[in-house]
Amino acid sequence: MDETTQAAAVDRQEVLRRAEIDASCRLPAMAFFASSVVWLLVGSALALLASWKLHSPQFLADWSWLTFGRVRPAHLTVVAYGWASMAGIGALLWLEARLCRVTLPLKGLLLGGCALWNVAVAGGTMDILAGRGTSVEWLEIPPFWAGLLVVVFLLITVVSMMMFAARRVSHIYVSQWYLFGAVLWFPFLYVMANWLIHMNVVRGVTQAATNWWFAHNVLGLWLTPIGLAVVYYLLPKILGVPIYSYHLSLLGFWTLALFYNWAGTHHLIGGPLPAWLVTVGVVGSVMMLIPVATVALNHHMTTRGHFARLRESPTLRFTVFGAMSYTAVSVQGSLTALRSVNEVTHFTHYTVAHAHLGVYAFYSMVMWAVMYYAIPRLAGREWPSARLIAVHFWCAAVGMAIYWVGLTWAGVRQGMLMNDADVAFLDVVRYTVPYLWSRSLAGVLMTVGHLVFAWQVLQVLLPGRRRVRGPALFGRQRPVEVAP
Amino acid sequence: MSRAPLLYVGILFTVIASSLGLITLPEKQLVGLEPVVDDNGVARPVEPGGAVAEGRELYRALGCLYCHSQQVRPQGFGADLERGWGERRTVARDHIFDRPPLLGTMRTGPDLANIGARQPSESWHYLHLYEPTLTSPGSTMPPFRFLFQEREQVLGRPADALELPARGEGAARIIVPRPEAKALVAYLKSLDHGYAVPEVP
Repeated sequence: MDETTQAAAVDRQEVLRRAEIDASCRLPAMAFFASSVVWLLVGSALALLASWKLHSPQFLADWSWLTFGRVRPAHLTVVAYGWASMAGIGALLWLEARLCRVTLPLKGLLLGGCALWNVAVAGGTMDILAGRGTSVEWLEIPPFWAGLLVVVFLLITVVSMMMFAARRVSHIYVSQWYLFGAVLWFPFLYVMANWLIHMNVVRGVTQAATNWWFAHNVLGLWLTPIGLAVVYYLLPKILGVPIYSYHLSLLGFWTLALFYNWAGTHHLIGGPLPAWLVTVGVVGSVMMLIPVATVALNHHMTTRGHFARLRESPTLRFTVFGAMSYTAVSVQGSLTALRSVNEVTHFTHYTVAHAHLGVYAFYSMVMWAVMYYAIPRLAGREWPSARLIAVHFWCAAVGMAIYWVGLTWAGVRQGMLMNDADVAFLDVVRYTVPYLWSRSLAGVLMTVGHLVFAWQVLQVLLPGRRRVRGPALFGRQRPVEVAP
Repeated sequence: MSRAPLLYVGILFTVIASSLGLITLPEKQLVGLEPVVDDNGVARPVEPGGAVAEGRELYRALGCLYCHSQQVRPQGFGADLERGWGERRTVARDHIFDRPPLLGTMRTGPDLANIGARQPSESWHYLHLYEPTLTSPGSTMPPFRFLFQEREQVLGRPADALELPARGEGAARIIVPRPEAKALVAYLKSLDHGYAVPEVP
């Protein structure tokens, strides 16, 4: 055998091995992905309802379970624990299996865990709508359902550690650092926060500090690591180039681990907490500029010279939009934590826009990227139409842009007017109303994108529909349709 | 990187360190806070009980916190004091009985830390909860009509019947607050940090 045939044989083995790994992830990962898409639609409906109620308070006002103060936390719970977390777990299981080069263990238990997670999110959401929510932000799910989530989560952690222990590669790729961070950080955060607050282990404003230690870390140490792990995986995979710098990866990960942890108390600037506690939060937030700049540089230098590929690869387009949004939202976050900025923007719609820039423009876009990449490989069926993927992308991107611009501007003005005691409070309220309408418009556009996405997932999952051979790419190559 | 233990230890160390710094330390610092005795010899803040505690649970159940904060920022930081939302900034001591504290992060509506002192009228609160625009034109607060009951007037007009502009004294059907509305208003009226604390000179 000469060298070329030998290399070809190794390549073929690699491909077969990867197909075997993907096949092992098929049911559990698809179960989490499919569930997340359902929650995305439920979350969108709740979002539209909440948004509409903010400018038209008489809308569906006579049902207590649909009052704004319940729909709003129900929306958060559904998108954070239903959509974002389940999409993230699906991506995490598949990525870990691929990166450790082992097949997914405990598949049956994972399927059961997926069902239990769905039950917990559904139960928690219904409890919130029924008036049994806790009104502790990001921890609204009552403790009983939260306990179920913990059980499933520990299973995810165990599965991750099993795959890691059995891994067939000695080098640990950067995506795995982030995934490990996520599966170890989240259970610790979630158990501690639920226990300390709901069991009243700590008291008074320390509960508020615990609340924001948790709530900020859900983004920073749960969703962000998964999002970054996916970007670190997909960019080189699609472009066929290695990550620009190993040392930047290393620096980016450990500075995130070190600084993000301490950032949460910036949500309490001006509040009744010891000044040092808030200052620590401000410092942690500003220090986040280091990991963010590092990761942005690393991603940019990896993609440099390949930006033309955005025209053809749907996955890359979603990935790059998400990665750039990560930089934007993080820099915005560091600036917002400065006392002088926070004095204006705190308590306003600006913060809501910021949160969506993070969870939507960064995290959700990256989750769509990984699903567009992984689902055809898991399900063994290609996407039906590149055009529909483009519709989804532009609905999400334009919707998000309208959302962010409208609410950010409204929030800054709202904060400035509120800090001027000569302006009557109700005039501040009246000022924001047109921008609240712009948010509802943006929400409709985003929801259309979600429906298009869900329809495509359904097409891939439903058996017996028309078969498509060949990947769905933008531009020149079109998927070839053949009769079943 | 190929050393797994370093990864595990590093990841756990960072989060344990922050939980000690952001939770254990403030708990240690604040655990000794006690109520203060005000000018009338009453220990403040008062631990919520009875209707006030019920109303507080309702405030949580209805998600009032998603639009209303309960914290007055200090002099020179925002215009909370100038707006009359309180006579002094809020301090940790004000919340020693709050499980959980309902500080809030949004001011779609005004701050409520001292709403009991700022708006002592029960009938104002009932009218405002029933239809916010009656007392606050332009308000986007949702109406909480489901906390009230519409019924035939029998044996004279109850004292807590709502004085709605469209229905005069002689109207046959009246709107009265349900027990939930009464508890919620009792809670709102209890929100008052109008006592001196050593933290704020």
